[in-house]
Amino acid sequence: MRVDNKTIWKEFTKGIIRENPTFVQVLGMCPTLATTTNAINGFGMGVATFIVLVLSNVVISSIRKVVPNRIRIPIFIVVIASFVTVIDMLMHAFTYELWKTLALYVPLIVVNCIIMGRAEAFASKNTVKRSFIDGLGMGVGFTTALTLLGATRELLGSGTIFGITIWGNALNIFVMILPPGGFLMMGLLLGMFNAIGQTKKKA
Amino acid sequence: MKLFFILISAMLINNLILSRFLGICPFLGVSRKLDTAVGMGISVIFVMILSSTAAWFIDALLKVWGIEYLKIITFILVIAALVQFVEIFMKKASPTLYEALGIYLPLITTNCAILGIALLNSQLEYNFLESLVNAIGASVGFALALVIFASIRERLEFADIPKPFAGMASVLIAASLLSMAFMGFKGLVKM
Repeated sequence: MRVDNKTIWKEFTKGIIRENPTFVQVLGMCPTLATTTNAINGFGMGVATFIVLVLSNVVISSIRKVVPNRIRIPIFIVVIASFVTVIDMLMHAFTYELWKTLALYVPLIVVNCIIMGRAEAFASKNTVKRSFIDGLGMGVGFTTALTLLGATRELLGSGTIFGITIWGNALNIFVMILPPGGFLMMGLLLGMFNAIGQTKKKA
Repeated sequence: MKLFFILISAMLINNLILSRFLGICPFLGVSRKLDTAVGMGISVIFVMILSSTAAWFIDALLKVWGIEYLKIITFILVIAALVQFVEIFMKKASPTLYEALGIYLPLITTNCAILGIALLNSQLEYNFLESLVNAIGASVGFALALVIFASIRERLEFADIPKPFAGMASVLIAASLLSMAFMGFKGLVKM
């Protein structure tokens, strides 16, 4: 059976725009706010979550018929936790600096509501292929949101993006890098996306 | 004296929600009304103390066997099992308490604050007493922030907010102000 390309494309893009996990569903806020002090950290966290999300979606959808319904949630958690352990060890080995800054938040991918949410709402009901696409879309959406938030905070807080100087130290709003800045920037971005969405609907 | 520092620092300076960003989901989810916030706060204090005690013993055991890399999996499973156990036990032992906390308990399993504190205790190599004090401080701080924020949010409901900012956006901005207020505790304790 061939699934036509249009459905696949739709499945992929829904995670990026229509059902963006961060800006539309407002899920997984803890790593979103905590790790986006600059663009690189946000991007790194996004990619780590992305990998776990895709892998766990694929595995969960492939075992969905064997798993008894009553104990599905503990099994999903074990699958997710195994992948998180793998990512944690890989990051420790290959990207030590990033691993050190993200510290606690890498193991905490286990309890990221996005991953559990997709496992429960999508992967446990759909085919492997569709779950894979869904994981890709959601992962890209999450990574984009985190990178965007990180880049904005970094730009306002220290005048750089990805470490590249944009306007130097002249206009720094130091609080943007601190915890309150995370809440503030997230609130403002959410408001901005709402405003765009509302004007689009009217048009 | 060190224990006191840990307590104050976990409760106010490194407040779970407002400076470590742990447990944001329940923070945003149940802070709409004051009484649900109080219920959630008490449940978290209760589970946090139990789970970090359990996690400390498991951590010690994993270290003896040299399989620390299984930490994430065992911690999350133990927390999930513990929450289930507490729920069943409470249903039998104290139905009134169960009525009050019942709905929040299953939610706590996926609360990153619980797992976060367990992992943090193990990462900082706290001994048993320090872990316990850290858990108490952190969970009381969580409940404190939740209750304060719920009171703010009850007022926010009646405010006239520009349409794009209605809902989550204004809530996050209010949280930012509260977080800024908590930053005032920085420098309270010099570690």
